[in-house]
Amino acid sequence: MPNPVPILDPTPRLQLRNISKRYPGCLANDAIDLSIAPGEIHALLGENGAGKSTLMKIIYGVTHADSGEMIWQGQRVTLRNPAQARGLGIGMVFQHFSLFETLSVAQNIALAIGAAAGTPKQLEPKIREVSRRYGMALEPERLVHSLSIGERQRVEIIRCLMQDIRLLILDEPTSVLTPQEADDLFVTLRRLSAEGCSILFISHKLGEVRALCHSATVLRGGRVAGHCVPAECSDRQLAQLMVGDAAALITDYPKVTGANAFLNVTGLSWHNPDPFGCSLKDIELEVRSGEIVGIAGVAGNGQDELLALLSGEVPLSRNDGATISFAGQPVAHLRPDARRKLGLAFVPAERLGHGAVPDLSLADNALLTAFQQGLVSNGLIQRGKVEALAEEIIRRFGVKTPDSQTPARSLSDGNLQKFILGREILQQPKLLVAAHPTWGVDVGAAATIHRALIALRDAGAAILVISEDLDELFQISDRLGALCSGRLSPLKATVDTRLIDVGGWMAGQFDAPQSLAPATV
Amino acid sequence: MLLSLEPRGQQSRLMLWCSPLLAAVLTLGCGSLLFIALGHDPILTLHTLLIAPISDLYGVSELLVKALPILLCALGLAVAYQARIWNIGAEGQLLLGALAGSALAVNIIDLQSRWALVLILLVGTLAGAAWAGLTAWLRTRFNANEILTSIMLNYIALNLLLFCVHGPLKDPAGFNFPESAMFGDASRLPLLMEDGRVHVGVYFALLALVAVWVLLQKSFIGFQIKVLGLDKRAARFVGFREKRLIWLSLLISGGLAGLAGVCEVTGPIGQLVPQVSPGYGYAAITVAFLGRLNPIGILFSSLLMALLYIGGESAQMSMNLPQAITQLFQGMMLFFLLASDVLILYRPRLNLRWSRRAPATVVHAGAL
Repeated sequence: MPNPVPILDPTPRLQLRNISKRYPGCLANDAIDLSIAPGEIHALLGENGAGKSTLMKIIYGVTHADSGEMIWQGQRVTLRNPAQARGLGIGMVFQHFSLFETLSVAQNIALAIGAAAGTPKQLEPKIREVSRRYGMALEPERLVHSLSIGERQRVEIIRCLMQDIRLLILDEPTSVLTPQEADDLFVTLRRLSAEGCSILFISHKLGEVRALCHSATVLRGGRVAGHCVPAECSDRQLAQLMVGDAAALITDYPKVTGANAFLNVTGLSWHNPDPFGCSLKDIELEVRSGEIVGIAGVAGNGQDELLALLSGEVPLSRNDGATISFAGQPVAHLRPDARRKLGLAFVPAERLGHGAVPDLSLADNALLTAFQQGLVSNGLIQRGKVEALAEEIIRRFGVKTPDSQTPARSLSDGNLQKFILGREILQQPKLLVAAHPTWGVDVGAAATIHRALIALRDAGAAILVISEDLDELFQISDRLGALCSGRLSPLKATVDTRLIDVGGWMAGQFDAPQSLAPATV
Repeated sequence: MLLSLEPRGQQSRLMLWCSPLLAAVLTLGCGSLLFIALGHDPILTLHTLLIAPISDLYGVSELLVKALPILLCALGLAVAYQARIWNIGAEGQLLLGALAGSALAVNIIDLQSRWALVLILLVGTLAGAAWAGLTAWLRTRFNANEILTSIMLNYIALNLLLFCVHGPLKDPAGFNFPESAMFGDASRLPLLMEDGRVHVGVYFALLALVAVWVLLQKSFIGFQIKVLGLDKRAARFVGFREKRLIWLSLLISGGLAGLAGVCEVTGPIGQLVPQVSPGYGYAAITVAFLGRLNPIGILFSSLLMALLYIGGESAQMSMNLPQAITQLFQGMMLFFLLASDVLILYRPRLNLRWSRRAPATVVHAGAL
């Protein structure tokens, strides 16, 4: 249960009245009202595209509202830039951190709060004091690139706390944290709240909103769908407010055991030439036909590297070819198109710019990976067949688009992801590797994507899903593991795994490599 | 803000066709104002610039002669630019094609076989391709920026050419002029018409036009080149061979420029001279972009560019118009053409009233 709101001052810290903001082609915020009391932890809930980001950018002075007013401690204000917002005592921690990796923690903080506050050396004692007071262990002399993601987030939060802070805005702060790290963050936030600092907490994870927040405002399609006290609402009620239709809610899929191993990774070690990148150590992984293996992990622990090695974007030398094999055939030295010929399909994490070319039409983007499916003859593109394939993907996977000639960039994230996944599935792969398949996708599209993955599994394909979303992994995978600093935990059947186990693996609490451990599953 | 631009979200098909028309109207209008200000009759001047040069068959044939090298170079550049390989070296590739072709031609002046011409054209084309190949090698081997290397190779090519016409290739019976001997008849491109200089090189250009169109619009290689240009990560993700595509697009680009060069020396000029090109290779860069890297568009824009060249010359001669003014007119036309293209992706919106801004309130931190 959240702590009670400390009553210090009856005037709200921040009040928004009738805030509207229009972008070309969409009304991002439509007459939004919001009120936050001093010391209150207020959740801003909503799907992607509901207008959460626009609203908090308006509060932080990054963008300007077209109409409406903002009242700060009883006084009407117009913020022109973030510096002015910081002057008022508003701090914000973005989802993507803005830190210099080659500088120390103290140098980063000194850069952000300006020369007047003192040199990095002079700031160090104060950083130590703040980090002790709020229970966030942090060494000011350490270089940022050596910090974990959770620690980097602490740098951002402490940076806000170094000033006289009255409202802290956090944008999906737990999306980059392990469950344990998230709990630590909540302790800090409760302490801040008890001292009278208001917190605006943006999230779409219902569980943590209920545990932490005193009140919530739910946005849907740019409008306020409702205000509520999260502790008194059920998941279903909250989801209903967020989506408007609770039919797309979580379903349980039956867990299965796979047949023969299709993908085998044995003793895969890879040294990353990028000094700030992650190197892989002794990866042992087996994915069987007809099962979904899920790999959890906080971003930056080797996911991108493992994915690039599996897709073939980073090929190994012929000598190392045997460390990755498809149905017994070594592939680690093969190029991506050769691996696709052997039955690989791949859904990368980034849709625009990696999985699809933004400026090309959907038809051309279908050709992009399906060109080995008889779409090219004598070096010429068979336009008719390409268009037919694109139309089929659009129809079978319910992609909302005017036609197959629409450029990929004009599709919403969820729609484009459905298209990319459909493109890969229609190639009837023997192995599908999907990275963050539902990241940033709305609930309805996520459910479609999950159903498609389960159907592909039941059709006998081996599927590897790498995701940061633990709920998703527990929902769809049959076996689970986690990556931590380039090492992969042993895989375990999902039914025998608790959330806390995975949290431990994500923090590196595993030691026996799979070959030595007793057989799992 | 009275006039603002709003993104359309996608290309407007209508504006794709209307923007050149709009540009033409604007150029004619502003050009007329310019000529009136200088005391020239605008109608007469525009007529001299744009219509008189092509009012007879000889004029048209001159237009084609001028347009041919520009068209060939621009077609090649379009292939490279689709891959976002910024080859600025068409000029040097053209010069080297002319130089290599001439080096062979002056040594087989007496050869009567028609294979002489085929051989010369082939050598010229290959020399242009090889010159572009240097850029490709520097780019793929050392990751050297192709803009810089190709520009620098232009100067090397020009000085190589000057060295050769002043030295080894100078006509021994040429009274010490920096020129090669006239090529033998078997090494000259046959003329298409009795009067006029237009030669069979036009067929090469048409052939190249069709080939480049098929390559870029219909073939899978062209698709790969486009993907590489638009999105390197996607190209890598599906396993397109980046280095191979860079080599291919630069070789095609250089080969066509080399062909343009060798066609100049075996066609209208008939010998190697220092002024083989008045900057065709540079004009082709503008032409390629004016034609939106589309072969058909490039055909029209190269004809337009050639017309501006010829019209400018005749206006200098017959109307005593200073060269600076005709160049100003050319620049104006290019400016309006490129500026009108903004309307393809953006929609202008006129606000007749100034929108009132909310007054900014400054709150002092101390007052809180």
